Amino acid sequence: MIPSAAAPARAPRATGVANGFAIDARDLTRRFGSFVAVDHITFDVGTGEVFGFLGANGAGKTTAIKMLVGLLAPSEGVAHVAGFDIATQRDQIRRNIGYMSQRFSLYADLTVRENIRLYGGIYGLTPGQIVERTTTMLDTLGLSSNADDLVGKLPLGWKQKLAFSVALLHNPKIVFLDEPTSGVDPMTRRQFWELIYAAAARGTTVFVTTHYMDEAEYCDRISIMVDGKIAALGTPTELKEKFGAESVDDVFVRLARGATKGETA
Amino acid sequence: MSNAVEVRSLSKSFASVKALDDISFDVGEGELFGLVGPDGAGKTTLFRILTTLLVPDRGTATVLGLDVVKDLWEIRSRVGYMPGGFALYPDLSVAENLEFFAAVFGTTVEKGYELIAPIYRQIEPFRDRRAEALSGGMKQKLALSCALVHRPDILLLDEPTTGVDAVSRREFWDQLGHLKASGLTIVVSTPYMDEAVRCDRVALIHGGKILEIDPPRSIGTRYGLPLIAVRGGDRFGLLHALREFPHAHTVYLFGDELHYTDSRADAPPETVANELREYLAGRGHKGVEAHPIAAGIEDSFMELMGSAPAPTATAA
Repeated sequence: MIPSAAAPARAPRATGVANGFAIDARDLTRRFGSFVAVDHITFDVGTGEVFGFLGANGAGKTTAIKMLVGLLAPSEGVAHVAGFDIATQRDQIRRNIGYMSQRFSLYADLTVRENIRLYGGIYGLTPGQIVERTTTMLDTLGLSSNADDLVGKLPLGWKQKLAFSVALLHNPKIVFLDEPTSGVDPMTRRQFWELIYAAAARGTTVFVTTHYMDEAEYCDRISIMVDGKIAALGTPTELKEKFGAESVDDVFVRLARGATKGETA
Repeated sequence: MSNAVEVRSLSKSFASVKALDDISFDVGEGELFGLVGPDGAGKTTLFRILTTLLVPDRGTATVLGLDVVKDLWEIRSRVGYMPGGFALYPDLSVAENLEFFAAVFGTTVEKGYELIAPIYRQIEPFRDRRAEALSGGMKQKLALSCALVHRPDILLLDEPTTGVDAVSRREFWDQLGHLKASGLTIVVSTPYMDEAVRCDRVALIHGGKILEIDPPRSIGTRYGLPLIAVRGGDRFGLLHALREFPHAHTVYLFGDELHYTDSRADAPPETVANELREYLAGRGHKGVEAHPIAAGIEDSFMELMGSAPAPTATAA
């Protein structure tokens, strides 16, 4: 499927996500000097969808995510996240999204409980809400007996599950996860994906990057970025059929091997 | 000397945490040996002992026939070590990093060039770029070049591919294959199960203990329970339905399938698959495929992990 052809006809855009898209991007582009990190990408993500945003190191994924979450201005093109314009409505976007970055995003020298309280405060939750959500979260994660442990002392897999739950603390419409499972053991990776599915079942849109191709298969749809462009977009089944490939891994390797810019990023 | 590495009853604790708990294994000369396990399993502690950077609490280890405590200086000059994470000098250029590592080992880049050439040539066009400005795949190639520039007799690689994309990972393992073919002994750790199949032998490590050591193709053969691959539309719904099946032992997401393990060791797998199809149809899951499969490394690892005591929260 060609990305630009993937966009179905839609009613004129209203505010919010009434059009059914949590994210829509049209010709989104970012240049650094003469280097085009993100080159006219066009795609939609439906509400409640688990969307896998794949690409080799240096393909432009992180730059694209930074634009979508309002950390970087686009050079060209438009995009809406949760119905808000990424160029002009960054504050509204930040209130409506959760973001878990590649590097662990909690404070290592605060306890589990203190981290939750800190982020609850940042997200503008009331003290009552913070207490209530802390209890629920610790129960769900099985971390109740570790509430007063320093986050830095937790195994990586636990930190990542906690960071994900904290990114959802304010019930965002969309959560962006940048390589959330890198280096995590196979069982914890699966537990992490069950948390993702549970969030999606509650209506949260999940935008996730990963280098584990088995995880790409868990997504409703995936896009594969090569040299700043979206080289493929569709459901894992559609892409495997289109490329006559056994697995998403094969599709990925075939597309990414043709990359020319990746190693100069 | 027939073993490049010999580890006997090695233990190391940090405060109350047993990072390594009485482990023993050998690595043969010229072998490509994989340590497969999650973050916190003890892999890095083991590498730091083998590279003489840490002293064990108990037990012994030799590398190239040399004792890791008594013969540390000789070991250090003969080992190539690529630590986890990015361990190069970010504000030195590609060429400067390589020259630095050569100089530390009392050699020159020219003398090591033949060995590193297949890897280094790929990044040589960027020789004047600062290391911090390299992409993930390029950093990794530079780190491997730096670990090889003094022509070591054994290569120890601690999670060289974590955070690296699928294409670069394949290329990296192709390079390890070439190095092995040249006779170099390689010990490499990884959290990626798919990389384990490229090793001669694999040690599954978890919670400071070695769960199993085998050639990759043998690792699944001791999986004692019926294993069924299930495929259908609503994967999350299927997952929960399968977990509620009375004989379910474990159910895991697995690429575009689910892997269901039955708790009845003597149940014929075909019968279990039929039961599952029927059960799922009864719960409204239509068109579900279910068929018995042989266990792979990842199945075995999770089964062994599940039966081992869970790591404590302080097992960093």
